[in-house]
Amino acid sequence: MEITKDLISAHNLTLEEYEKIKTILGREPSLTELGMYSVLWSEHCSYKSSKPLLQELPVVGEYILEGPGENAGVIDIGDGLAIVMKVESHNHPSAIEPYEGAATGVGGIIRDIITMGARPIALLNSLRFGNYKSPRTQYLLNGVVSGIAGYGNCVGVPTVGGETYFEDCYDGNPLVNVMCVGILETKNMVRAVAKGKGNPVIYAGSTTGRDGLGGAAFASKELNDQSEKDRPAVQVGDPFMEKLLIEACLEISQQDYLIGMQDMGAAGLTSSSSEMAGKGEGGMSLDLSAVPQRDKNLSPYEMMLSESQERMLLVVKSGYEDKAVEIFHKWGLKAAVIGSVEANALLTVKHKDEIVAEVPAKSLSNDAPVYNRPAKKPAYLDGLKSISDAITFGKANTDFNETLLKVLSSPTIGSKKSIYQQYDYMVGTNTVVLPGQSDAALMRIKGTQKGIALSIDGNSRYCYLNPFTGGQIAVAEAARNVVCVGAKPLAVTDGLNFGNPENPEVFWQFQQGVMGIKSACEALETPVVGGNVSLYNETNGTAIYPSPIIGMMGLMEDIDHRVTMGFKNADDVIFLLGDSLEELDGSEYLKVIHDMMGKECPRLDLGLEKEVQETCLSLINKRLLSSAHDLSEGGLAVALFESCITGDKGANIVIGATGLSDAALLFSESQSRILISVSPESLYEAITYLEYKEIPYQQIGMVTKGKSLKIDDLIDQPLESLEKSWKSLVL
Amino acid sequence: MKYGIVIFPGSNCDQDSFYGVSSVMGAEAEMIWHKDHHLGQYDCIILPGGFSYGDYLRAGSIARYSPIMQEVVAFANGGGLVLGICNGFQVLLEAKLLPGAMLQNKHVHFICKSVYIKTHHSNTPYTNALKEGDILEIPIAHMEGNYYCDNSTYQRLKDGGQILFSYCDAKGNSTDEANPNGSLRNIAGICNEKKNVLGLMPHPERALESMLGSEDGKRIFESIRSHC
Repeated sequence: MEITKDLISAHNLTLEEYEKIKTILGREPSLTELGMYSVLWSEHCSYKSSKPLLQELPVVGEYILEGPGENAGVIDIGDGLAIVMKVESHNHPSAIEPYEGAATGVGGIIRDIITMGARPIALLNSLRFGNYKSPRTQYLLNGVVSGIAGYGNCVGVPTVGGETYFEDCYDGNPLVNVMCVGILETKNMVRAVAKGKGNPVIYAGSTTGRDGLGGAAFASKELNDQSEKDRPAVQVGDPFMEKLLIEACLEISQQDYLIGMQDMGAAGLTSSSSEMAGKGEGGMSLDLSAVPQRDKNLSPYEMMLSESQERMLLVVKSGYEDKAVEIFHKWGLKAAVIGSVEANALLTVKHKDEIVAEVPAKSLSNDAPVYNRPAKKPAYLDGLKSISDAITFGKANTDFNETLLKVLSSPTIGSKKSIYQQYDYMVGTNTVVLPGQSDAALMRIKGTQKGIALSIDGNSRYCYLNPFTGGQIAVAEAARNVVCVGAKPLAVTDGLNFGNPENPEVFWQFQQGVMGIKSACEALETPVVGGNVSLYNETNGTAIYPSPIIGMMGLMEDIDHRVTMGFKNADDVIFLLGDSLEELDGSEYLKVIHDMMGKECPRLDLGLEKEVQETCLSLINKRLLSSAHDLSEGGLAVALFESCITGDKGANIVIGATGLSDAALLFSESQSRILISVSPESLYEAITYLEYKEIPYQQIGMVTKGKSLKIDDLIDQPLESLEKSWKSLVL
Repeated sequence: MKYGIVIFPGSNCDQDSFYGVSSVMGAEAEMIWHKDHHLGQYDCIILPGGFSYGDYLRAGSIARYSPIMQEVVAFANGGGLVLGICNGFQVLLEAKLLPGAMLQNKHVHFICKSVYIKTHHSNTPYTNALKEGDILEIPIAHMEGNYYCDNSTYQRLKDGGQILFSYCDAKGNSTDEANPNGSLRNIAGICNEKKNVLGLMPHPERALESMLGSEDGKRIFESIRSHC
């Protein structure tokens, strides 16, 4: 088949990239080879626009056993155990086919974890949708949530946490980021490597079909009105197969004869084979005729590019292939030897005794072009209007009871119970702090006294106003969440969702966002152990807000020290740690009540952030706190309500003169703040410690038996009516 | 006392059940592979929760044909204790060890939460450590837990003292609001006439440690222990 310009552009490759392929091969590529390069050199697989920036992120640290480069990051938690985690996006597929898009997102990230030899113990997700009221959003929300539920529940991995935001910029391009966390005995860690010339290469799992053909290339394009036609690029998941695959892979991970394992995710067989070869002897030969197939007459091109789900590639010691295959057969899965490890640095693909592709293996995974994209500060930033220019707050006649009810009824603020109740968050019997009880989920580690706290977070409105500070805040808040349950933040996995990097203004956002994450991760000593980049999140030319998502893992040495966010006992004293400032720009209050965005993102002082977090953690470890809750969207008023409703207690808050406007006192989204409550018995010791630490704090009121929330003379509402507004999100 | 826990392909509460009855309750336990044709010596067989065979076709419908189920049916017919939890309950219905059928939840969605159930009879191997009227807090997690049977079957279950647990509120009232899935008369768990086979939608193995929110599930396993 002749390689024409049209064919090259249909493969989403530039002419320069095509020339580079020709130089590497010293000849014209075959169609199969063209397809292989096109997927592995896609943005999704090659990180060609993001690589130079990602190298800036801190990736090493005291607890880090494995950073980016493997399928998932590995963090040492002592006792010979390690935590494995990663976040991945499935944005484009979910925009077209929400159920399968989200479901296969879950399936893919679980396989990244089992590939390391770890048992998946928790899932989290971060979801972004457009206007809540639009029928399209309702369709996508329902589809995505049932897709996550349908897959996660069936494979038996609890979905323990997450966050959901609604913002018009996601109307055409929702975001679905899924994080999976696993646990392994450090000695059983598996790597994606093909070592030992002559060792057999085994294909295992589901059969190969035409589904998801070119999914990675599809994920690297902007969405438009024609995207529905790409539906065949969306994969179809089978969680039952995945469950069997988990058990089979974990069984084989224990075997000494296993050399390496890699899942077939984006770009399927092409990426798994070239990556494993690239990290090992350098070469591999495959015979496609041996690949288990579900469709008749699959061409080599289709087989190399298929993204059929629930498939793995393994290398075992020569002579053990039958034993390995037997394990998969025991679990009712297909398995076959399809090739061998070679030392010739080539990926050679045969089909029916004919060589259909022969390329330097590393050229696929390592030689993709790298672009230093131009960046330019976006023009829109100069057009943003500060709210102080526009309206006056705290007018005497403002009824803040009404205001609070409205803010609580925002779907971004409101209870997510009708979402998380669809997820089995208990299977595994490790979930100690359940969804809705705290800012982070807490999983116990059976056989130890330890626990791990997990959170996922990111506020894209802040990032739109200031991507650098927004990126910092995403890290700071995720860490604060983990601290609020009583764990020390250890490591980050990031999901970087942005628009088209070829647009200099978008690339500037990306650059700033990554540098913000870098500075916060360095300050808080939480290295980035891996993650995902999703670019081209645009619909018909309009980019989403810059949306970095931070998944955070924290370690708790003694799980009995945990606290939750609900107020526990009447007469406990309520404190607010941190500084409250006049920061309503970018707040949920401003959007809901005044339909405005503002100009400035809340400030972040990383030094103060760290001190507040360390102080809170120490107070928890000294067992002086009854509750702890991070202040985020909706500010103090919303945080107080959440601590009241979760603990089924009221609160009487007397703050008095602060110099803030009434609206800012209630709804400012100033950072580095934590709401804590302390029993009368612990009061003296807690205050003494706070004074000693010299961090800003304020005693603001008492927990009450009466079921109402009172804040100065601004708010006086029964919890029941507040709760009703807060529960407006219904699926 | 020794439990046998069946692993079907797609079971996902098998390890939780194993951990619960052994590490927490201190009993012996062994896993049983679905392809086995021989059942060892056990005091109680657990059919665990999950999505056996992907729950394709209908929840529990394929698992009932797996080789081990013939042995489990024979064991039950011989008076052996068989406890089916969630998907295990669905398998027991499909295997006709218990009457009735399971429909999709009334709100169609999968639902995971803690619920209250009321004990109706204490004269069974599963409830002898409980009193009539005792309320237990135990989680549910299912998509198809809407138990249904015809009128005459319901009468027989009721007259025979086979309805062991029903959904209720924290005070023990059987209200519609307390019924999470729309099951007939709030039914949460039923046993067979001989009282040796129990199907239960809630997960007692998830309610064995206060750290996880409730220890009420212990009462059911304590009953089994004192029976054996």
